[in-house]
Amino acid sequence: MTTMAPDTGSYEAVFDAAVAADERIEPRDWMPDAYRASLVRQIAQHAHSEIIGMQPEANWITRAPSLRRKAILMAKVQDEAGHGLYLYSAAETLGTSRDELLDKLHSGRQKYSSIFNYPTLTWADVGAIGWLVDGAAITNQVPLCRCSYGPYARAMVRVCKEESFHQRQGYELLLTLSRGTEAQHAMAQDAVDRWWWPSLMMFGPPDGESAHSAQSMAWKIKRHSNDELRQRFVDICVPQAESLGLTLPDPDLRWNEERGHHDFGPIDWAEFHEVLRGNGPCNDQRITRRRQAHEDGAWVREAAAAYAGKHRDTQGEAGA
Amino acid sequence: MTSTDWPLWEVFVRSRRGLSHTHAGSLHAPDAEMALRNARDLYTRRSEGVSIWVVPSASITASSPDEKDPFFEPAADKPYRHPTFYDIPEGVRHL
Ligand SMILES: [Fe+2]
Ligand SMILES: [Fe+2]
Repeated sequence: MTTMAPDTGSYEAVFDAAVAADERIEPRDWMPDAYRASLVRQIAQHAHSEIIGMQPEANWITRAPSLRRKAILMAKVQDEAGHGLYLYSAAETLGTSRDELLDKLHSGRQKYSSIFNYPTLTWADVGAIGWLVDGAAITNQVPLCRCSYGPYARAMVRVCKEESFHQRQGYELLLTLSRGTEAQHAMAQDAVDRWWWPSLMMFGPPDGESAHSAQSMAWKIKRHSNDELRQRFVDICVPQAESLGLTLPDPDLRWNEERGHHDFGPIDWAEFHEVLRGNGPCNDQRITRRRQAHEDGAWVREAAAAYAGKHRDTQGEAGA
Repeated sequence: MTSTDWPLWEVFVRSRRGLSHTHAGSLHAPDAEMALRNARDLYTRRSEGVSIWVVPSASITASSPDEKDPFFEPAADKPYRHPTFYDIPEGVRHL
């Protein structure tokens, strides 16, 4: 941006008015540095989660029980790559670069959702992830479609359209297992037992302890608090679990007539912070695999760039 | 060498015949051909398009948001360009 030093106050007033009027902020608009930084942090973490999230599910592609399930799973994992790319593009409109973002992921300076540090032990985990992990993601993402930053909101609209297939295929997979043999039913129940609590943690720390929440809500990046979204998710899941013929692993889970919501048991935040700190079951494996994939792809990037360069030279075009 | 050497492209998709291309998003690619292929994989996985344009982002000239008001000012005080500006008696039809 050009000479704005004497006039930052009026720029800020324009920004505040746009946010207050529920208008969208676009890339070339003036915005407070902290707003920009907060968006980069959140969108980058979101993008990283999409591409790291490919790993636990890709783990089962070669062992999918039928061609139908295999085709579905490949399409889902490919969608997650796409979601990562939409989000990286959105982050880049804020002045960061793709390389910088990947560097920060690979060096641990930016995070991804801690849910992806849990292992996928059985085929039923693919179902539990689709139903619960994608389900929690949708609950988080639907309000982000109205986020104050235009490119992020637009990416979310696209992502949300694609997510509903993810959740439904997972639900259908679990339903098939639940109605199958005794062993299949047990496998489905075991997967739900393991994924339920980590899914509730996906909404982030309780409102009182959430570092960025209040400011994000003032800027209309976030529209609902962590606890509000978590409650919404629990209320949605309880009847869905019933229809599956599966139980949720929480003895305190019951309908509270007075609140009009389900009460649920305490979340083990010590576990959450441990996983966040890097001590989850798969943290090292996920990052190592990601770095490896990036290094393995280096020759492809180099070859494509060399080919493009040669082509440009022979056509006598200006370099890009 | 890394992807910073790959320029950014803006992607425009025509969703079906008879409609204009609309902006879908952006992506990195080493050249136009790869940009088209990547755009197909990224923005038309569910048959969202029948035609794609890719344009180097650097080639786009945009109006500045800073001069938004004065730049679009000439249109603001010309309500007579809209049909609702004119008073027509009740009952006059096909007008
Ligand atoms: Fe996703
Ligand atoms: Fe998903």
